[in-house]
Amino acid sequence: MKKEQIEKIVHDDGIGMSLIVKTVARMMIAVILLFGFYIIIYGHLTPGGGFAGGVILAIAYTLMMLALSRKIALEKFSDFWASFWDNIGMLSFIVIGFIGLSVGYFLYNFLWHGEPFHLISAGIIPLANISIGIKVGACLYAIFIGLSIYGRVIVKEEEE
Amino acid sequence: MIVYILNVIIMALGLYCLIAKRHIIKKIIGMVLIEYSMNLFLILIGYRINGLAPILLPEMNRVQFSQYGVDPLPQALVLTSIVIGLGTLALMAAYAMKLYEKYRTFDMSEIRRLRG
Amino acid sequence: MALFIVILILMIAGSVVAVEIKNMLSAVIAAGIVGFGVSVMFLFLKAPDIAITQVIVEVLSLIILIRITTNADNEAIEKKIDNFANIVGLIFVGLFVAFCFWAFVDMTAFGTPIMRVSQHYLSAGLEETGAANMVAAVILDYRAYDTLGEAVVIFTSILGAFVILRSRGKKKLTEKDMEKVGIPE
Repeated sequence: MKKEQIEKIVHDDGIGMSLIVKTVARMMIAVILLFGFYIIIYGHLTPGGGFAGGVILAIAYTLMMLALSRKIALEKFSDFWASFWDNIGMLSFIVIGFIGLSVGYFLYNFLWHGEPFHLISAGIIPLANISIGIKVGACLYAIFIGLSIYGRVIVKEEEE
Repeated sequence: MIVYILNVIIMALGLYCLIAKRHIIKKIIGMVLIEYSMNLFLILIGYRINGLAPILLPEMNRVQFSQYGVDPLPQALVLTSIVIGLGTLALMAAYAMKLYEKYRTFDMSEIRRLRG
Repeated sequence: MALFIVILILMIAGSVVAVEIKNMLSAVIAAGIVGFGVSVMFLFLKAPDIAITQVIVEVLSLIILIRITTNADNEAIEKKIDNFANIVGLIFVGLFVAFCFWAFVDMTAFGTPIMRVSQHYLSAGLEETGAANMVAAVILDYRAYDTLGEAVVIFTSILGAFVILRSRGKKKLTEKDMEKVGIPE
């Protein structure tokens, strides 16, 4: 879908919620995504981590799906890519574990620990946080896609 | 002690809702109540009066932190348990939607009677 | 201590409303009161990690629950009161609460945890893992197997939800099959 078509859908009254909600949602989605990535990346220094940040990422796309429309959300991030990133997060966490196995034991913290209270420190913990965050975010967004698409398709077929 | 008892009351309400109600969404709400009170109970066990959050800051005294910090182990386990709860809630919601599409009702006894 | 009791009483009121109210949408939102009360409790119990996670998870689970209550009949089914289920439920709840009281006698008082294992995490966690957040150190270094298991569980749950919900790949049911399964129309 081209950008003009998306603009046209956003300013159309028939799709999604009202114009005020759509405008505010378009501004807020980028901020929510940025906050989610901040929570994930600084997970080993401040409260947060992969689980909380992943759910924030999922809720940004859920807001897009609810406020704008299902069509725009699926254009931006379809169910194929959701399952793809889900598998990538899972696989990268296991790969980190197996690299540790080649050095010591499974999920061994093999990287240099670095100075405490710096962003690049704590060995594999930031990498594992990123993979867990991607995994949880894509997984919960995929659950919401499943609940919203597949149920509604069945109802429509029965009515017709 | 009284905090534990009040927490157990929520869990008992969830158990009653799970057993006695016939509506499927009420049963899901009962599961959710049990899950919340279980998570809260684990955190209550690890709490220390006038404790510090288990996050170290650069200007903090290490010895004082290790003496007064609250227990980080139940917090780590509950953190995973909360996200698992969301996954199982989505699975239960999927089952409920499928049952409603098939039988057009949420009543458990009605569904049982239709199966024969 | 008094603060915890006040929030817990609010949560008990919310759960009573969630269990007993007739309208399903109101019941779901009353269950949301309990969830947000739990997150406020986590914040005052010095667990900011879990408080953040619980707030967001609560929002998402409310969205999912409202999704299944809308476009369905959201009135309770109250044709006749089921006495048997009520009595069995009350007996089970009574047994459960009695066993809980029996167990609480042996527990330590509120605010004095037994920290045989986690004292080591607090005193040596920074040197051994390099992470300032001890919860992150526990879930991703000391007990990373638990996190791996959690990832597998959530992966399986979404797999199950997709298998249940999707009907594209399935063959269209014929009338003969419908009679065999016994779907009323």
